[in-house]
Amino acid sequence: MVIRKDEQAIFALRNLYRQYGYSQYKMSRFEEYDLYVRNKDFLISDEVITFTDRSGRLLALKPDVTLSIIKNTVDRVGAVQKVYYNENVFRVAKGTHSFKEIMQAGLECIGDLQEYEIAEVLMLASKSLALIGENYVLDLSHMGLVAAMLSACALSEEGKGKALSFIHQKSAHELSALCVQEGLSQKAEQKLLALCRQSGDARQVLDALKPLLETEEELAAFEEFSALCAILAEEKIRLDFSVGNDMKYYSGVVFKGYIEGIPASVLSGGQYDKLLQKMGRKSGAIGFAVYLDLLERLNREKADYDFDILLLREEDADSAALIQAVEQLQKEGSVLVAKAPPEDLRFCKVLKFTKGGLQNG
Amino acid sequence: MDKMVNVALPKGRLGEKVYKLFKEAGFECPSIEEQNRKLIFENPEKGVRYFWVKPSDVAIYVERGAADIGVCGKDILLEYRPDVYELLDLKMGKCRMAVAAKKEFRDPRGETLRVATKFPNIAATYYNEKCRDIDIIKLNGSIEIAPILGLSDVIVDIVETGKTLLENDLVPFETIVPISARLIANTAGYKFKQEAIEAIKKGLEKQIND
Repeated sequence: MVIRKDEQAIFALRNLYRQYGYSQYKMSRFEEYDLYVRNKDFLISDEVITFTDRSGRLLALKPDVTLSIIKNTVDRVGAVQKVYYNENVFRVAKGTHSFKEIMQAGLECIGDLQEYEIAEVLMLASKSLALIGENYVLDLSHMGLVAAMLSACALSEEGKGKALSFIHQKSAHELSALCVQEGLSQKAEQKLLALCRQSGDARQVLDALKPLLETEEELAAFEEFSALCAILAEEKIRLDFSVGNDMKYYSGVVFKGYIEGIPASVLSGGQYDKLLQKMGRKSGAIGFAVYLDLLERLNREKADYDFDILLLREEDADSAALIQAVEQLQKEGSVLVAKAPPEDLRFCKVLKFTKGGLQNG
Repeated sequence: MDKMVNVALPKGRLGEKVYKLFKEAGFECPSIEEQNRKLIFENPEKGVRYFWVKPSDVAIYVERGAADIGVCGKDILLEYRPDVYELLDLKMGKCRMAVAAKKEFRDPRGETLRVATKFPNIAATYYNEKCRDIDIIKLNGSIEIAPILGLSDVIVDIVETGKTLLENDLVPFETIVPISARLIANTAGYKFKQEAIEAIKKGLEKQIND
């Protein structure tokens, strides 16, 4: 009998985050609804389960962890708060009308962020993936760089939004059509198509982008991103600008992690300084979440049996002797004691326990 | 781990044309052309496995990772907005999403416009952008009959040649968006089979442009 992959992952992640000095953040299941209404767009789904508590306040079942954590931290010059969590959140599953309880682990690093803190979070994201599955990728983008490159292209506001979503969908054909529609120069088109098409090894992607950059804003963001990528050279990271499509909250790096065998990203995060600004705060913040519910998929390679041993006990068997026998057998594996074989479970080995003691089934 | 690229093809005439394009691009699978009742066809040499599914289900198979790539109409992508990559316009199955109504139709500006459609999201987005107040009537087929019976003022539907509309005395008034078949990919699958998927995409692209 093995521990399920998602359960293993929770233990392993918790250990990892503690190793790097992150303390656990435990929160109540409820939060004032107001917090979510004000920051609706930050949520993955804006549908929230609400109810009125006995004092008449409108509460919500947490659809998200990050907002609560930010609310409960304070700005301190030069200080950084590092927390991790492992919580259940309530969201509407995509394409359905019903709420789902989703297990989520993750961490947030809030405060006076410098290059080190950002690199540490990215490294922890990469290590988190490594703990869950052997074959994984961490895709990185930089919203500051993407925003600067879009700005340099003389796109209309509406065009910018469209361009971002075409980059997100890797639709070079739609992007080209948009460039024609917006009357962009060849150079601008080249720049946007590079964001759409370039993906893979960090060095190669950066080398391909560099000659296309002109403005100070672009170059500054590029420098920041390149420096980060260089620090993370040892990790399994790739660059891919389809990762982020939200310029409203995310300002710096954004990233998504994938594990072979799971059809959607299992890890998602980024630097969301703009959210804090919106909440009237001075700090910066970066964090990520791991969607543990998706890891259930990895449990599919199930063992051929549920427990190692089924021990069938006879009615009049001596209980004290049976307990001793079970303890002995547990050295070989898990033991289920039952009077009759359960219908829906499978075992590696079946033994009997009679008045005379242990016998082979 | 399975290294073959799983391809969901839309059942029907368009699907057959699409398979031909894959074949010409060098990803043939002889067993698919045999007359039999099999549902899944593979060519391990080329690293591809094809299966036929209902056209409107292709995006679901791809989004949920049962297929790594697939071919589906832009109408489905706009209506259901699956989280997939849209890698290529195959430039086949061309048609357009349009607003149609009876010949004598004049937009009743002072009233809510009643719109019958199979594509409520596309219709809603289109009229939202125009700040037009509408009442969407979601139908599952025979949309053309709605304005004739007075169920709706206009319809939003796919127009290919316009023949069906004409036979029912309807006229396409505005084009919302051109539609054609697109090559889509599962976002996670793309990460682990990028080389193979890009090779297929390049092969198809070459065929389209030639």
